[in-house]
Amino acid sequence: METTFRALAEPHRFQIVELLRGGPQPVGEMVDQLGLRQPQVSKHLRVLSEAGLVDVRIDAQRRIYALRPAPLQELEVWLERYRRIWEGSFQRLDAVLEELKAGEANAKKKRRSRRDR
Amino acid sequence: MNSEGPTNTGGLFVTTPSDREIVMTRVFRAPRRLVFDAWTKPELVKRWLLGPPGWAMPVCEIDLRVGGAYRFEWLGQDGTVMGMGGIYREIVIPERIVNTQLFDEDWTGGETLGTLLFVEHDGKTTLTNKVLYSSREARDAALRTNMADGVEAGYARLDEILRSMA
Repeated sequence: METTFRALAEPHRFQIVELLRGGPQPVGEMVDQLGLRQPQVSKHLRVLSEAGLVDVRIDAQRRIYALRPAPLQELEVWLERYRRIWEGSFQRLDAVLEELKAGEANAKKKRRSRRDR
Repeated sequence: MNSEGPTNTGGLFVTTPSDREIVMTRVFRAPRRLVFDAWTKPELVKRWLLGPPGWAMPVCEIDLRVGGAYRFEWLGQDGTVMGMGGIYREIVIPERIVNTQLFDEDWTGGETLGTLLFVEHDGKTTLTNKVLYSSREARDAALRTNMADGVEAGYARLDEILRSMA
């Protein structure tokens, strides 16, 4: 998991993962789209590959990269747990806020009815 | 709002604008003075800032002035106690709070600096919760743990990726 985080923490590598979301791509095409130099892209791909995030296959002398879903799915499980914890707190906060709003509305109504009396 | 239950989760955004920060945003359907109160009045904070199911918040002390201290303690069902605290550096009611944050079990690699921003629009409040770590290593260390503030990274967008891959 930590390896996945570390690999994705670099913005260009994150971009590469986003590019590959559209499907497998040869290195050359990624170089064009990222506006980076080939050695840089290759270096990032090596890190992603070591982290198990991408697979490579050779096709007529072109290196074609594709995403491997397993580490990302593991990350999703972790992310969901984290989000659930915060979202649980925030939903309790939503309820507290509804109560505060209702309290204010009631106070206003009371003031108004006193005034109208 | 029951009818909005599932979509609420989608409203929690987390990003990493720099390699020392983690930023979380969430919209609340209430004016910001109420949201501000709910984050700063101990009797209200204790009702919601509880973390995972089963945890309680027996200690919530807030001295809301610049230089004032705060202290939070949570109690798990198995008796585990988790505590944190810090000092208020900046307070603009009901817009902005800056404070230092340090967990008793220092899993964030030293003190962090927290900024809460409350922005109101059309009776709704966008809350931004930013945590600035002492270093990139400190932030990444926080990524390894499961609880509380700092944990999330800029992988909210990854959610989309994952969904499209599923």
